[in-house]
Amino acid sequence: MEELSLHILDILENAREAGATKILLWIRESRQEDVLKFKIIDNGRGMGKEMLQKACDPFATTRRTRKVGLGLAMLKATAEACGGGLRLVSCPGKGTRVEASFQYSHVDRPPMGNLAGSIGVFLVGTQSIHLRYIHRKNGKRFVFDSKAFLKQAGGLSFQEPRLFALLLNSLEIEDKD
Amino acid sequence: MASLEELQKIKAETLEKMGVREAQDKIKIVVGMGTCGIAAGAREVVLTIMDELAKRKLNDVVVSQTGCIGMCAQEPLVEISIPGSGKVLYGKMDPMKCRQVIAQHVVNGIPVSEWLVK
Ligand SMILES: Nc1ncnc2c1ncn2[C@@H]1O[C@H](COP(=O)(O)OP(=O)(O)OP(=O)(O)O)[C@@H](O)[C@H]1O
Ligand SMILES: [Mg+2]
Repeated sequence: MEELSLHILDILENAREAGATKILLWIRESRQEDVLKFKIIDNGRGMGKEMLQKACDPFATTRRTRKVGLGLAMLKATAEACGGGLRLVSCPGKGTRVEASFQYSHVDRPPMGNLAGSIGVFLVGTQSIHLRYIHRKNGKRFVFDSKAFLKQAGGLSFQEPRLFALLLNSLEIEDKD
Repeated sequence: MASLEELQKIKAETLEKMGVREAQDKIKIVVGMGTCGIAAGAREVVLTIMDELAKRKLNDVVVSQTGCIGMCAQEPLVEISIPGSGKVLYGKMDPMKCRQVIAQHVVNGIPVSEWLVK
C-alpha cells in the first residue's frame, strides 16, 4: 500500500470486523527521535494464542471468502523493511492491540498520506463505534473523539454528506509537512 | 464548508423529511473495504461518493462498507440498491466512474451497464 494511512484504515476495518464498539487510534511522529509509531486498540472479540501466532502469516485468515489474509502480513513486511516492526497483543473476548513502528526517515517508509480521509471513511458507515484518536506530531498534540463530535452535531449522522465534509475538515491536523 | 450552526439547520430539514422516508425506502450504497478493496482504491471511491452526494444535496442515501466478498480482482466493488429496483454490483470503480454512476443511476435510475459485474 502506498500510504501508511491506508494500512491504518485496513487495521481499523479488522477491528470493525471483530465487532469492536470502542477503538483507540494513537499515532506518534517524531522527526527528532526518528520514529513513527501507531497503535490501534479495540475491544472486539480478540484472538486466541494460536490465531495470534499465525495472524501475520498470509495464509492465516478466518475469512471464508478467500484463502489468504493480507492486511497484517503486508503491514508487518512494510514496518520491518523500514527499520521498525509489528507487535500484536490480543485476548479472546477482550480485544486486540496492533502496534506498528517505522524509522521516520527511512527511504522506503510510505508517507502518511490522507489520514483524515481514512478516518472519515472508516467512520461513515460506523455510527455505533466510539473512536478516539490521539496524534502527537513533532511536539504538537491533536485529539478527536467521534462521540463528542456527533454530540456537537446534535444527532446528525456521518452519513449526512455535509456533516461528513465537516468531519474531514476537523480531522485535518495542522503542521502538515 | 458548513459550520456547526448550519448543520443544526440541516438537522431540522432532515427531521422534517424523516417521516417521509423510512430506512427501507432509502437508496443504499455499499463499498468493499477488505484489504483487497482498500489497496485497489476503495477509500477514494467512498470520498468521491460522499462529495458527489454533498454537491447534489442527496441527504438520505445510506453509505456503508463491507469486508471482502471474494471477488478481489473486481475491487473496488460498489453495490447500489434502489428501493423497488433491486441491487446491482459495479466493479473496478474509480472516482470518475463513481460520479457518473451517481448521476446516471442514483439520480436518474438508469444503471451504467458497462461497469456492472456479471
Ligand atoms: N482486531 C482484530 N481482532 C480480532 N481478530 C483479528 C483482528 N485483526 C485481525 N484478526 C484476525 O487475524 C486474521 C488475519 O488478519 P488480516 O488483516 O491479515 O487478514 P484478513 O482481515 O483476514 O483479510 P484481509 O485483511 O486481507 O482483508 C483475521 O482473519 C482475523 O481472524
Ligand atoms: Mg484485514
